[in-house]
Amino acid sequence: MSGRPSLPPLAPDGAWPDAPAGAVPVGVVVDRTKAATFGLTHEEFDQVVGHLGRLPVAVEAAMFGALWSEHCGYKNSRPLLRRLPTEGPQVLQGPGENAGVVDVGDGWGVAFKMESHNHPSAVEPVQGAATGVGGILRDIFAMGARPFAVLDALRFGDLATARTRYLLHGVVEGIAGYGNAIGVPTVGGEIAFHPSYQENPLVNVMALGLLRHEELQSGTVGAVGHVLLYVGAKTGRDGLGGAVFASADLSAASDADRPAVQVGDPFLEKLLLEACLEAIQAGLVAGVQDMGAAGLTSSVGEMAHRARLGVDLDLGRVPRRERGMTPLEVMLSESQERMVLTAVPGREDELIALLRRWELDVVPIGVVRDHGRFRLFEGDELVADMPVGPLNDAPTYVRDGREDPAVTAARGRPLDDLPPPPDAGAALLDLLADPTIASKRAVYQRYDHQVMTNTVVLPGAADAAVLRLKGSDRAVAATIDCNARYVGLSPRHGAALAVVEAARNLAAVGATPLGVTDNLNFGNPTVPEVYHQMAEAVEGIREACLALRTPVTGGNVSLYNQYRAEDGVRAVLPTPTIGMVGVLPDVHQRATMALARDGDALLLLGEGAPSLGASAYLAAVHGLEAGAPPALDLAAADRLVTTLAGLVQAGLVDTAHDVGDGGIAVALAEMAIAGGRGVDAELSIDLAARDDAAVFGEAAHLALVAVPEARVAALVAAAEAGGVPCRRVGRAGGDRIALRAGALGLDVALADARDAYERTIAEALA
Amino acid sequence: MPHLAVLRFPGSNCDDDARHALERVTGADVRFVWHADSDLGGAGGVLVPGGFSYGDYLRSGALAAQSPVMHAVRAFAERGGPVLGICNGFQVLTEAGMLPGALARNEGLAFVCRTVTVEVQRDDHPLLAGLRRGQRLRLPVAHHDGRYVADDATLDALEAEGRVVLRYLPASDPDGNPNGAMRDIAGIVGGRGNVLGMMPHPERAAEVLLGGEDGVPLLRAFARAAGVSA
Repeated sequence: MSGRPSLPPLAPDGAWPDAPAGAVPVGVVVDRTKAATFGLTHEEFDQVVGHLGRLPVAVEAAMFGALWSEHCGYKNSRPLLRRLPTEGPQVLQGPGENAGVVDVGDGWGVAFKMESHNHPSAVEPVQGAATGVGGILRDIFAMGARPFAVLDALRFGDLATARTRYLLHGVVEGIAGYGNAIGVPTVGGEIAFHPSYQENPLVNVMALGLLRHEELQSGTVGAVGHVLLYVGAKTGRDGLGGAVFASADLSAASDADRPAVQVGDPFLEKLLLEACLEAIQAGLVAGVQDMGAAGLTSSVGEMAHRARLGVDLDLGRVPRRERGMTPLEVMLSESQERMVLTAVPGREDELIALLRRWELDVVPIGVVRDHGRFRLFEGDELVADMPVGPLNDAPTYVRDGREDPAVTAARGRPLDDLPPPPDAGAALLDLLADPTIASKRAVYQRYDHQVMTNTVVLPGAADAAVLRLKGSDRAVAATIDCNARYVGLSPRHGAALAVVEAARNLAAVGATPLGVTDNLNFGNPTVPEVYHQMAEAVEGIREACLALRTPVTGGNVSLYNQYRAEDGVRAVLPTPTIGMVGVLPDVHQRATMALARDGDALLLLGEGAPSLGASAYLAAVHGLEAGAPPALDLAAADRLVTTLAGLVQAGLVDTAHDVGDGGIAVALAEMAIAGGRGVDAELSIDLAARDDAAVFGEAAHLALVAVPEARVAALVAAAEAGGVPCRRVGRAGGDRIALRAGALGLDVALADARDAYERTIAEALA
Repeated sequence: MPHLAVLRFPGSNCDDDARHALERVTGADVRFVWHADSDLGGAGGVLVPGGFSYGDYLRSGALAAQSPVMHAVRAFAERGGPVLGICNGFQVLTEAGMLPGALARNEGLAFVCRTVTVEVQRDDHPLLAGLRRGQRLRLPVAHHDGRYVADDATLDALEAEGRVVLRYLPASDPDGNPNGAMRDIAGIVGGRGNVLGMMPHPERAAEVLLGGEDGVPLLRAFARAAGVSA
């Protein structure tokens, strides 16, 4: 490591620069014609002028533009997000901090949040994905929680194309490179493919952290007189907000030199992580905040806003990587691995010494004031002066949405005329080889999924990841889900199904769902058809989260995910990714999907007929994205989730798998492949409207379990006591996957099924 | 009773895991030693843990090998003290010249995290006491630079002197050699048999709950060699 530069001493209060109230900052004054340069509309610019009582200087306009952007200010989504339920007895921290926190018992809390890095990953997949991991981990340890698991939801275009393989390679390498090095296991997630993501992949990263209840931190500046400490990497010109800031205030040289995407340094972040957690545990920290999007602007601005106080920053003290940076560049830089801390009064020197022992740069850069303003100084010169409140309170817009008539038509398309599959066995193999369904083993073997020695259920073994809590019998489960084909065809219904799928997946390992983080990936919100998708999807999440008692404790919105098609700009499939966390009261009572014993009885739990609308079978075999997603009864979903989790927790079930993409046929095949033993099953003709729907149709609240014969009676009694119907469908054993429904039958060798399932992604990554 | 030391470099990330597993299966008092320290504090044995010491930006283990604590570890080993290097710890020991050869980038060029089967080659070293020659162990690996390489003379000498102590099953086995290591070498001993470097992670295979206990005999042998009655 290089030698540490000499650092300015901690300034005693009074040594900070000051200016009389109402002083006019020095800088290039910006007028209304430049509004768009800073990402502001003319009306928004007029509001800024109203808040300031004068025209802004460039750095002020840029800071308003950044904090009023969709990314920081949620101006198109905030009115919708207010519809989401956020409260429950298990919630220790709801939305508004760096991450939400739920109580998992025994004095432990789990901080968790999901964030997107879609656009950076489209430009530079390795660093785009890597810095996505780095950013969400900082949000977690800023809560005082030790990160202990990462999951990611990835979306790519057509796997047959070189571009998609390049992006897949790069994103996986980026996630692996960062997560493996910092030593946080990547334990799960999902990867799906659809042509709409060809140009604009989605990279949503979710992290979980563990904390004792009393260690919960806040991103606040603390109180008047507290000193703000800048910790971590130096500030460079990387990650500046792209085209919006190509303004007169940027030097010509900086524009040419600016890398498009930030570069991550997991080693530095590891030091930050250990130092911050040690400082928090030592009781030295009053407030802590990650510098994420919009860098110093958003981190310090949010901290001051939470405390309803003001801040004076001396920009001359901010450690810089480059000469000649303007105030705008310093304030908007998105250089990675930087944090802002405030010390508990009187313990500043201890905190600084601790951070320096971890070889971190620590510099006092500002002081908390009672003036309610965000003021910047360069030396003694005032260069910006804005009211904290309006800066952090972006204007919001409620727009009119309408459904695209093509979607209405596709959803209503009758499916009765479809012929049955000519060869159901071949259809099963096609589905198992479909990249969205196929095994992701080749991906997760590149992730260290066992570091920290808590991973009880390994990736691919079950419907959700399970992590034990050392020193407790409890375990935490987590999953990420979203079937965007459902959402595309019916946004409200599809988004609710994403929540239900996540809960089903947690129940299938034996976890009781506790809370949700959502990542709303949509196109341009000013397009009515896109706004309709957003508004409807949020309603769907609301309805399902209320029914399942899983409040939304935080999340992220990513808009303008779109691509240029022959007929204009088109949005990606609406993808409201749902991350859900649950708890297992006893880690020893859990389930995986692997068939564990020959002779086990296979039972189908739940209500609702599998149907072909919006199914993977329809897309893979008939080339159709049409029909309505599976019928959803939220009360039935809640009964299935509660009952299935209860059966596992009671020790009655240790093999369970939900029915999802590809229906019962794919679910049975996955259980067989995971367990290395075959199945022989028959579905009664009253299960679904058609035989192919029984076999390949999808459903909202069905799950398969396998238990020894001796446990069947107890299982059926317990399920029925929970209001969940239960029907016997077959038996485990042998080396073939055999399934019949009415006139339709399939019988494939287990080895062929495994080959189809394992080959697709392994070949793509080879 | 002596205590055990687990080294802690900036960037170590299996340090906590090693301490947890050692405490759990040996009952030993386990203490961290910071990379900048030049004193092992009277420890009876030293474990060099996995991770990415100093970010591994130069070459895996290269910077850690030059740290003050490694001078102390070298002297400790020369006096016959038991040293166990796991994963990045193995890389550090080769970079420090305490074990021959090097750990190069995996054959497939990608990081690999999975469970492998290794076969115990020797049971006459103190760090393998309690294991049987021919015994097969299921142990997780997680590394990017795990391909053991050395020149033919070194490899021949290692074999002749009985210092290849853990070998992967051949790559033809689905759970075999995960990285292209020469002669399927997963672990070797050096010094007077008191320094063991291995790529697989015994500390990740020390509990049934986590999928197996095949790492326990290795951790116990290390503790016993350090004078801890495990």
